[in-house]
Amino acid sequence: MKLLTHNMLTSKCMKAVVTGYPLTIQARDVKVSEVEFNQDFIARIIPKIDWECLCRAAEQLGHLEDLPKATPDNYETDTDFLKKAHHALLEIEIINGDLVCPETSRKFPVTDGIPNMLLNEDEI
Amino acid sequence: MLFLFWCANEHQQFRLAEFESLADLLDVTLVWVFKSEEYPWVVLDMASEQEAVKIISRSVSVKYCLHLWAEGDNFQDFHNNLKTFPFQEQSKWLSEDISFKVHVESFNKRINGEEKLEKIESLSYIPFLGPVSLSNPQSVFGYFEFHGLDPNNIPAEPLKLLFGRLIGEGQREKITKLSIKKRKFIGNTTMDPQLSLLMANLGKVDAGRIVLDPFVGTGSLLVAAAEFGGHVLGGDIDYLTLHARTRPSRVGQKIRAEDESMLANFEQYGLTSQYLGVIAGDASQSPWREQAWLDCVITDPPYGIREGTTRVGTSKDYSNQAIPEEYLEKHIPEKVAYTLHQLLTDLLNFSARSLHVGGRLVYWLPVIRQNYQPDRVPAHPGLRLVADLEQVLSSHTSRRLLVMERVEGEGLATVSKELTLFREQFYLPLAA
Repeated sequence: MKLLTHNMLTSKCMKAVVTGYPLTIQARDVKVSEVEFNQDFIARIIPKIDWECLCRAAEQLGHLEDLPKATPDNYETDTDFLKKAHHALLEIEIINGDLVCPETSRKFPVTDGIPNMLLNEDEI
Repeated sequence: MLFLFWCANEHQQFRLAEFESLADLLDVTLVWVFKSEEYPWVVLDMASEQEAVKIISRSVSVKYCLHLWAEGDNFQDFHNNLKTFPFQEQSKWLSEDISFKVHVESFNKRINGEEKLEKIESLSYIPFLGPVSLSNPQSVFGYFEFHGLDPNNIPAEPLKLLFGRLIGEGQREKITKLSIKKRKFIGNTTMDPQLSLLMANLGKVDAGRIVLDPFVGTGSLLVAAAEFGGHVLGGDIDYLTLHARTRPSRVGQKIRAEDESMLANFEQYGLTSQYLGVIAGDASQSPWREQAWLDCVITDPPYGIREGTTRVGTSKDYSNQAIPEEYLEKHIPEKVAYTLHQLLTDLLNFSARSLHVGGRLVYWLPVIRQNYQPDRVPAHPGLRLVADLEQVLSSHTSRRLLVMERVEGEGLATVSKELTLFREQFYLPLAA
């Protein structure tokens, strides 16, 4: 699972959970692979990303590296920044581990890169 | 300038909607000169050749695009029209250092090589000065004859003749590229590549756009969307399919190969960079953040005929208790039926919430033909219906491809109960 996907996931569909965001990552296996850089795509996705959540996720995986704390004002043209964002969003992947609901501590397992967000029938 | 778009004789109804979506996406103005849902061609008046090239850079309906030089309703008419064409204005395509060939195509009537040669010779008044090259011509001309639509009643003379210079070809080779026969990972309801590519075009998928399929299955729609540059993401309740651990669908194959997976399909087509991933999730309890972050929702939901429709749920009362902890690790969630009515309501509400204005929802809806009325189509105040296209499946059933665009407007989906009784009515004998 890429951190872009993680940035969009919540556990709010569980009963009694209000926001369920962001999900804490407890990773066992992390893989870093190379993905082709598409500047337009990254520039388009930045405004939709919760940047704080992304930084925290990268840190939890031990891959914070030199990711800036906040998005600069003119990020659309800042290629250096967009490359760092690209690396964090698309190149770092959680292969095995758990996503943890911040409110209930319910664990959602990630197996072979696929998170299992399915709830049990008593949780809905 | 007039351009002839000679199209494949399949999914005719989808063709015009594809043109309109592409024009919208690529910022091209369409001026229809000849438009038909039956005949295998359309003619458009366009400002320049570049506009036509834009369309064929994406269209999967179009076989050839030509700068139209002349047309006619019979031989005499056609040749008279072509003879008056100002050839001197096109001299750069006809000059002596440009090699050329003439491509002859006949619709609804087989013609042999000798007849083709006769057709080419009948054009001898065109001042072709260059050498003929069949393997590597610098300019290609197209001669088309249309002999009606009824193979049992072929008229003596063609009903239409068209001639022009070839500008280029459409994207039909993508259909071969994505052929299911050679695809690594497929399932029972894997979508045909031509329809998948059409859906991506109708969804205005383009480079840098995010596309989500909430009923992803083996990812056939996402492969097509990625082929057109979309960044793709999927969800499915079927955990085993996502992990490629279900029984194989291919004839004669007993077990899934070790390397079968969703990712393998993207690797096979060189589209790995477009693949964002999949999650196991229930469309009735969306795990996605509530914000407008998607450009396109594209999906073929399960109808309960070839693929079952379930969601997590139970009839038991869990309000005061939970599943005991010692069972949790091995627990498989209980499933209940997910009615088509509920599924469509969730799909429209989710799409309205997650698409930004201008983004599109493209999905299939199964219908009993005699019960279908266009005004019963599922609606949402934030989604405008762009196209409602039919693919006939049997004498009494069809599926409709619905294309909706996110517009300003809030509210909830309204889905007609009668329309969504597909599964119930599918197994009933037909009323006489």
